[in-house]
Amino acid sequence: MAEIQQKADSGGKGGKKRAKKMSTKIDMTPMVDLAFLLLTFFMLTTTFSKPTVMQVTMPVKPDPKDPEPPAIKASNAFTILMGENNKVYYYDGLLSSDTKPELKLSNYGPDGIRKELLQRRSNKDLVVLIKPDDKAQYKNMVDILDEMNITGQKKYALVDISKADEDLIKSSGL
Amino acid sequence: MPKVKPHRTSPSLDMTPMVDLAFLLVTFFMLTTKFSPEEAVVVDTPSSTSELRLPESNVITISVDKDKRVFFGFDSDKAKPKLLDYVAAKRGVSFTPQQRAEFANLQSFGVPVEQLGSFLNVEREQRKSIKQPGIPADSLNNQITDWVVEAQRANREAIGKPAYIAIKGDGNADVPTVRKIIKFLQDKNINRFNLITDLETKPTALK
Repeated sequence: MAEIQQKADSGGKGGKKRAKKMSTKIDMTPMVDLAFLLLTFFMLTTTFSKPTVMQVTMPVKPDPKDPEPPAIKASNAFTILMGENNKVYYYDGLLSSDTKPELKLSNYGPDGIRKELLQRRSNKDLVVLIKPDDKAQYKNMVDILDEMNITGQKKYALVDISKADEDLIKSSGL
Repeated sequence: MPKVKPHRTSPSLDMTPMVDLAFLLVTFFMLTTKFSPEEAVVVDTPSSTSELRLPESNVITISVDKDKRVFFGFDSDKAKPKLLDYVAAKRGVSFTPQQRAEFANLQSFGVPVEQLGSFLNVEREQRKSIKQPGIPADSLNNQITDWVVEAQRANREAIGKPAYIAIKGDGNADVPTVRKIIKFLQDKNINRFNLITDLETKPTALK
């Protein structure tokens, strides 16, 4: 409320007429209550954090005119097979008709496949071949790609699983 | 000697600066807040340690839910009307002006383009109850690729740069569906993908 201070007419002697002093202050408490209520509401509902993304760059489709890329040496290959029920298998080297590498079972935990990847980190030319099974879950694929980021593995490829790999899983009985 | 009067302090304190600040913050939050858009499908994304953030706009979102249904979403005000024209022309479907206006508000959808018109005719509230079959994504009827390719084209014309492609897969979705979409897009020379994930803390102890 805007105040106009009325000057009391001081002419009169006897009556001590004082101007009725009205306070300039208004009670702001309800307004503050409301303001903070709104503040809390907007602070809690606002979504600042955008979801994170994991960038995956797939190789460019090879031009038929380009020369064939050199084959990976068996000593530099490390294959990860992703099966159903969150199972993950791995083997060193490449699978061919005459060599059957030893298949091992692992898991997605910190003591699982990550340990194996870290052990092989000394090999700078290591190429990790990631082969998801048809029954593998998408979560597993993200997990494995994430392991690549965690362990700093630069060379990896997402490859389709071959019949031989599937047979290897079956015959290993793991 | 004059009597020293005890200084009387008023019990009410000046709240003006606090109110100023409170209203400043209220205004800030009111203006910056953006309510999360309603999603056509519930997708529970897996988590990763990646710290990259999804950009605000010009994002093509391909969602894959756990029933292998594929949904398409495009976040761009300028390019969206064009996108519908392009896809309609390509697929030989036509849309009424009302349907086109509705499409601009559609966040993401999972119906084949032939059914999109009737889907857009449905009131927005009732749409939630419709079970969307997902966008056809197989080699015979490959509509998802059309949507993505046309969205890229529309975006390039509207803004001059391609849109960001994000794949939002459910943790329980299967790899073949996601791989299939990636493969289709690779055939169209789209090689950069972004998998939407939740943030997870990075393990520190690496031996």
